[in-house]
Amino acid sequence: MPQFTLKINGTDHSLDVPSDMPLLWALRDKLNMTGTKYSCGIGQCGTCTVLVDGKPTKSCRSRAVNLIGKEIVTIEGLTADCSHPVQKAWNEVDVPQCGYCQGGQILAAVALLENNPKPDDAAIDEAMSDNLCRCGTYVRIRKAIKLAAEYAADEGGAA
Amino acid sequence: MNTSIKPAGNKLDRRSFLKVSMLASGALMIGVGSYGTLLAGEAGQETWIPNLYVRIDPDGKVTIISKNPEGGQGVKTAFPMVVAECLEVDWKDVRVEQAALAVDDRYGRQALGGSRGTPDGWNDLRIAGTAAKDLLVAAAANEWTVPASECYAESGAVVHKPSGKSKPYASLLKTAATLPAPDVSKLRLKSRPEEFKLLGTFVRGVDNQKILTGKPLFGSDIRLDGMLYAMYQKSPVFGGKARSANLEHILTLPGVTHAFIVAGTGEYNGLQPGVAVVGTGFWEVNNAREQLEVDWETTHADSTASFDAQAAKLAGEMGEVLRHDGDIDAAFKTAAKVVEASYYYPFVAHANMEPMNCTAQLHESGKLELWAPTQNGKAAREKISANMGIPESRIHIHQVRMGTAFGRRSRTDFASEAAWIAREIGGKPVQLVWAREEDMRHDFYRPAGWHHFKAGLDDDGKMIAFDHHFITMGKNGKTISGASLSPKHYPAGLMPNFRFRWSIIECNVPTGPWRDPGHSAYCFAYQGFFDEVAIAAGRDPLEFRLDLLSKSYGKPPLDLVRSSNTLKLAAEKAGWGRDLGPNRGLGLAFHFSHRGYAAHVAQVVAEGASIKVEKVFSVLDVGPILNLSGAKHQVEGCVIDALSTTQLEVTFEDGATRQGNFQNYRLLKLDRAPDVKCHFIQSENPPTGLGEPPFPPVGPAIANAIFAATGTRIRELPFRRSGITI
Repeated sequence: MPQFTLKINGTDHSLDVPSDMPLLWALRDKLNMTGTKYSCGIGQCGTCTVLVDGKPTKSCRSRAVNLIGKEIVTIEGLTADCSHPVQKAWNEVDVPQCGYCQGGQILAAVALLENNPKPDDAAIDEAMSDNLCRCGTYVRIRKAIKLAAEYAADEGGAA
Repeated sequence: MNTSIKPAGNKLDRRSFLKVSMLASGALMIGVGSYGTLLAGEAGQETWIPNLYVRIDPDGKVTIISKNPEGGQGVKTAFPMVVAECLEVDWKDVRVEQAALAVDDRYGRQALGGSRGTPDGWNDLRIAGTAAKDLLVAAAANEWTVPASECYAESGAVVHKPSGKSKPYASLLKTAATLPAPDVSKLRLKSRPEEFKLLGTFVRGVDNQKILTGKPLFGSDIRLDGMLYAMYQKSPVFGGKARSANLEHILTLPGVTHAFIVAGTGEYNGLQPGVAVVGTGFWEVNNAREQLEVDWETTHADSTASFDAQAAKLAGEMGEVLRHDGDIDAAFKTAAKVVEASYYYPFVAHANMEPMNCTAQLHESGKLELWAPTQNGKAAREKISANMGIPESRIHIHQVRMGTAFGRRSRTDFASEAAWIAREIGGKPVQLVWAREEDMRHDFYRPAGWHHFKAGLDDDGKMIAFDHHFITMGKNGKTISGASLSPKHYPAGLMPNFRFRWSIIECNVPTGPWRDPGHSAYCFAYQGFFDEVAIAAGRDPLEFRLDLLSKSYGKPPLDLVRSSNTLKLAAEKAGWGRDLGPNRGLGLAFHFSHRGYAAHVAQVVAEGASIKVEKVFSVLDVGPILNLSGAKHQVEGCVIDALSTTQLEVTFEDGATRQGNFQNYRLLKLDRAPDVKCHFIQSENPPTGLGEPPFPPVGPAIANAIFAATGTRIRELPFRRSGITI
């Protein structure tokens, strides 16, 4: 497989990996971007969620080579200072327990709010039910998404 | 030089904890018993380190060391809060640093488990903070030449009350370091919730920024120069040994650098036999692992079917009687009513979000360095030392954050494997990560259990006799980890006629601590049965339970007042007895474990065979609350985890686990998560941990609510065995 380039968090990254390698392992083991976590490897838990052209995508099931030309956003690319409305809300509500799944949860929430700036419980349930949390932070995730929607509205833009 | 006096028992006689030793650096250290140094003042140095937990820099920054490993239980925030409270510094000025596993016992127990962190650490953390604060007060008094009694500390400064002048801590460091240690026995430690400023408030996790921006934090995030990646394939049948494997082929695969068989030591909680594959990345190594062909030598074929058959046979036997109060047979003969029921729960897995992993490097100097997401680094270090013949003093363990723990990471298998592989590959750092399937198939499961209950009621509907036959798992006639039950467990001691007996099924499946071991499983049986008995007696389930807790026969098995108050408040908060309309129901359950009192009332609505848990009202009495956010987290988390667990089971066939990933071990998703309303009964009782006590009564409260809503009595887990889905 020849070298190819992926645009991750607005920066071009050069990769030389087998054509069947999922984005997850290209990120973690080749680019040392470990914010995207491994948990099930079969697209069942959402822990490895990234955004591809704004859409939540399980990076364990997406071949890196198929993402050439797409805009990939990982948790490292949201904001470094926690100023994104979703990050702010996550901190305010103190969502994380162990924190392992939260990068994926946050990106799923970002995508939800992009499409639906004021989601109700049913919309939150639907959008967030691909992401497992073993600690049971679901109650706070719901609360944080609603708060993030308020923050985003206050900022006058979409989340 | 080292003199020490062992403390006599658990009672706090602080003088007996003192320990004086001289460090190589010349620093004088005065220790708090086995819990390490209280004071290490070194005159003239810029940064002042009054004790192991606190460091104050000349710029006023306060660093507080968190000694225990963090896996989502919140200790890395809560413990430093205790020190900061007593040190009288503002939380915004505090930085928290994770301690490595100490080479000696300076920090005492550095482990996560048994909800013991809080009760074990409570005194030492308060002593550390208070002693450092008193020294700074003494330093200021010295500099001002006023009595220390005229001074007090506040927000990182010492204030002289009569004159109103103040000095920040940072300006007092040099003087403080020259002063003698305060007499630990004379320290006045804060203990009442109303004395706290920081404790009991809502404080956010100290690692939030890192988590929310995806910074490296967890064990599997470690990246070192030249690091290789490893996986370790074990026999699908527990304990099997690798006779041979197609290693020549594996070594030809892309990215693979090493492949070898490890004989292991034959114990589950250690270095199990297996085949190691090492290479340039997880993906390459996992692809190679999937091509492994191993000839395994196996010695058993345990299965769920065989366990079930043995349990059915044993149910007809008496078993071993462990306790018999009064005369159980006579009591049943005279009872006005007899209620009998049998309960069952299956094996379950830990299913930690972050699979088992550990990074290791054997340095040229002979030092073995590990980055271990472990609940018990000390146990891992001892095991690795025994496995590999490396002295413990040469094994250095970094305690890295764990993507959940729940007891699983108290085992030493993954660290033993990483250490062994690191030596075999000679010098390079290596990260072992288990595939999800290996994690689920090589767990230390919560064991299954069968409970056969028989209760006798008198004419007034009072329970006067209780016979309990527990069929559990063991090895060589002894119960294995997580499979025991104390004969003292209530309702023992709460009625005149009581008998507890057990029968043990031989089991080769590895079992281990699983969030509130034992309790998290058998509470479902007890609290479901109590509900049945109450209803059979024509009594309200709350009133029946309170009555049961009103009188003991001999020493009470639990604090009856705290138990009753917890139950009563949960009922009050939930509006127990209110009319919910059709298809809705409330269910109640209570449990005492790990020094914590927990009661929940669940509210459910039936939508056909599907049940939605709408709300859970939770009341906990664990003494004072340290971090309100962390405390609520543990209650909310236990409710969701316990609800999830009512849907789960692990089964075995031909000696191996059938489930391998989340598609057939389906954890609860957000859309089924109930609203959790939690309340704490706070008191001066010493605080205890919250990671476990809220869990046990959740499942039975929900099962009892389902009965109230639908009339279906759930006596088996998972709920689907009774035709109920969540």
